[in-house]
Amino acid sequence: MSSLAAPKRARAAIVGSGNIGTDLMYKLRRNPRFELALVAGVDPASEGLARALELGIATSTDGAEAVFEDGRIDVVFDATSAKVHAAYAPRYADAGILAIDLTPAKVGKSVVPSVNLDGNEKATNINLISCAAQATVPMVRAVTRVAAASYAEIVATVSSRSIGPGTRQNLEEFTHTTSNALAEIGGADRGKSLVIVNPADPPIIMRNTVYVVVGKDVDMDAIRKSVLEMVASVQRYVPGYTLLVEPFLRGDHVMIGLEVVGAGDYLPSYAGNLDIITAVAVAVAEKRLLH
Amino acid sequence: MADITFVDVTLRDGNHTYGHRFTPEIVRRTAAALDAAGVDIIEVGHGDGLGGSTLHVGQAAASDEELVAAAVSAVKHAKVAILMLPGFGVFKDLEMAARLGVKVARIACHCTEADTTEQHLRRARELGMFTVGYLVSAGMTSAERLAEEAAKLESYGAGYVNLAESQGHLVPAEVAERVRAVRKAVSIPIGFHPHNNLGLAVGNILAAIDEGASYIDGSLKGFGGGAGNAQTEVVVAALKRAGHEVRTDLFGILDAAQTFHALVAPHPMPVIDNDSIMMGYANVYGGYVLPVKRAAAEYGCDPRDLILRLGERKVVAAQEDVVVEEAKRLSQERRKAA
Repeated sequence: MSSLAAPKRARAAIVGSGNIGTDLMYKLRRNPRFELALVAGVDPASEGLARALELGIATSTDGAEAVFEDGRIDVVFDATSAKVHAAYAPRYADAGILAIDLTPAKVGKSVVPSVNLDGNEKATNINLISCAAQATVPMVRAVTRVAAASYAEIVATVSSRSIGPGTRQNLEEFTHTTSNALAEIGGADRGKSLVIVNPADPPIIMRNTVYVVVGKDVDMDAIRKSVLEMVASVQRYVPGYTLLVEPFLRGDHVMIGLEVVGAGDYLPSYAGNLDIITAVAVAVAEKRLLH
Repeated sequence: MADITFVDVTLRDGNHTYGHRFTPEIVRRTAAALDAAGVDIIEVGHGDGLGGSTLHVGQAAASDEELVAAAVSAVKHAKVAILMLPGFGVFKDLEMAARLGVKVARIACHCTEADTTEQHLRRARELGMFTVGYLVSAGMTSAERLAEEAAKLESYGAGYVNLAESQGHLVPAEVAERVRAVRKAVSIPIGFHPHNNLGLAVGNILAAIDEGASYIDGSLKGFGGGAGNAQTEVVVAALKRAGHEVRTDLFGILDAAQTFHALVAPHPMPVIDNDSIMMGYANVYGGYVLPVKRAAAEYGCDPRDLILRLGERKVVAAQEDVVVEEAKRLSQERRKAA
C-alpha cells in the first residue's frame, strides 16, 4: 500500500487499566484515526489488562514508564490518578507527547469540548476535569451565555459499580476541579459540586442535577432554547446525553436534570460517567492531532 | 455493665428537623447545657455535615465556621465533633474545624462505600483529630457486608466505627446481628446511632450495647431526621436503669432538654407520624421527611406512595432531586388515572 495514500494515524497509549482506561480502550480500538499501541497499568490482576491481552494489544505492568519504553507514542491517555498524572506530566511534555488527562490532576488546560475546545489548539496537556464536569459544565454555560449567574451547583450521582479505586481515592480532587470548572469554564461567579455514590441494584444510570442561581427576573424561554441547543451539541459526541428535566425556575435558581446513558463499551450502559469522559477524550485528541 | 461514651448530635442531626436553621446562638446555649450535663461528645453543623449547606439539600442559617465556633466557645469539658461526607465536604473544611478546636471528626459514607472515606480519615488524623468512620444507612446492607466495610475503616485509622441506622428500619435482633458481625471483624470500638421510626431507638441501643457497642448517639427531644433520633434524655435515663456507666447526669440532661426546647419553640418535637412509620417500614432515609412532605404538597401526590417509590428505588442519602422526579411522576399518573 502506497504510504502517500495511507491516512495519518496517531499512535496512542492508555495508562491506567481501570474502568475509565478500559472503556477508552474499546473506543480507541474501533477508531481508525488511532493506532492503539499500548495499554499500561500497575496491577497485573486488573481486568483491563486481561482484556487488552485478549484483544491482542500490547500491555505492560510498568505503568506510565511503559510509554517511554515504547518511544513512538504520539498521544497518551492518562486514566491513572491525580498524583500519578501530576508526576508524569512533565515527562510527557519533554518527550513531545500530547497528554490527555482523565484524572482530576489539572496540570494543563481544562477543556469541555462544547464550551472551550476552540482556543486550546496548541495545548500539549489537556485536562478533562471529571466526568461530572463534562456532563454539567455545558449546562451551566448554556445558562450563563444568556443570563448572569452568581452561583452554580451540581450533583453527580453515579452507581457504585461504575467507580473504581482511582475515583474513590480522589473525591477531594474531583470536588475541587469540578467546582472550579463550573465557574472558570461554565461562567458562574462561584461553583460547588457534590458527588453521591448510589449502591442500588440494578445500578442507576449516571444522573446529574444542575442548579444555577440567576435571580427571579430571567428570560426562561431564552434559557430553555440555549440549553436545548447545548444538549444537541454535546450529543454529537456523547449520544447518550439526555435531558431528563427541562430547565425550570425554582425560586431564584434554574434546575436542570440530566442523565448520561453509556455506550456500553466496557461496563453496561448505566456507567454513563465513563462514557462521557472517554468519548470526550477521543474527540478532543482527534481534533487536536488530526485536523 | 458497659462504660458508655455519649455522643449528642442535636446540633447536627437536629438540623434536619429544623430545616438547617440552627443559629450560632442556639448552638452556643445548647452546647453549654449539654456540656454542663456531662455529655462526652457534642456534634455540630449542617444536617449533612461540613460543606452540606447547598441548594440541593438545604442552606444553613449560618456558615460551618460560625456554627463550629459557637459550639467550641461554649464548651469547657466535652469534645466538639463534626461530621463530613467526602463528595460534599473537602480538606479545607477539616482544616477549619481543627483550627477552631474541634477534637472529633466523623467521616461518613453510605454503608457500602467505606473506601470513599480513606482520604479524609487520614487527613483528619494528620490534623490531630480523633477520627471516626461513620456508616450511613447501616440497615440497608447485610451484617456481613457491614463488617467488611467496618474493617476497611479500621485499616484507614478510624478510632471507632459508628453504625448509623438512618432509616429506623431494624428491630433489636437485627441490630444485634450487625453489631456482633462488626465486633468479630474489627478491634476498635463500635458506636450506634438509631432513628425512631418504628419506636425502637432506645431498645435498639440496649441491644447494640449488649453486643458490645460503647459509643451511643442521641439528640435532645429526639431532634433529627425522620421520626427523630433516640431522645438523649430518655437514653440517659434508660442506660442508667439498665445499669450501664454513663457520665451524663440525669438532672443535667433534663435541664438541657428544657433549655433546647425553649430555644427552638414553638417548633414541634419529632413524633412518629404516619410518614415516619412509612419511612421506617420502607427503609427510606429519614433526612427526606421535609422534602417528601413539600414535594407531595407541591406536585399533588400521596406522600405514602412517594415513600414506597423511594424505597423501591433504594435512594440513598442526599438524592432530593429524585424526590422531585418521583413526585412529579406520581402526580402525572394520578391525573392520567382520574
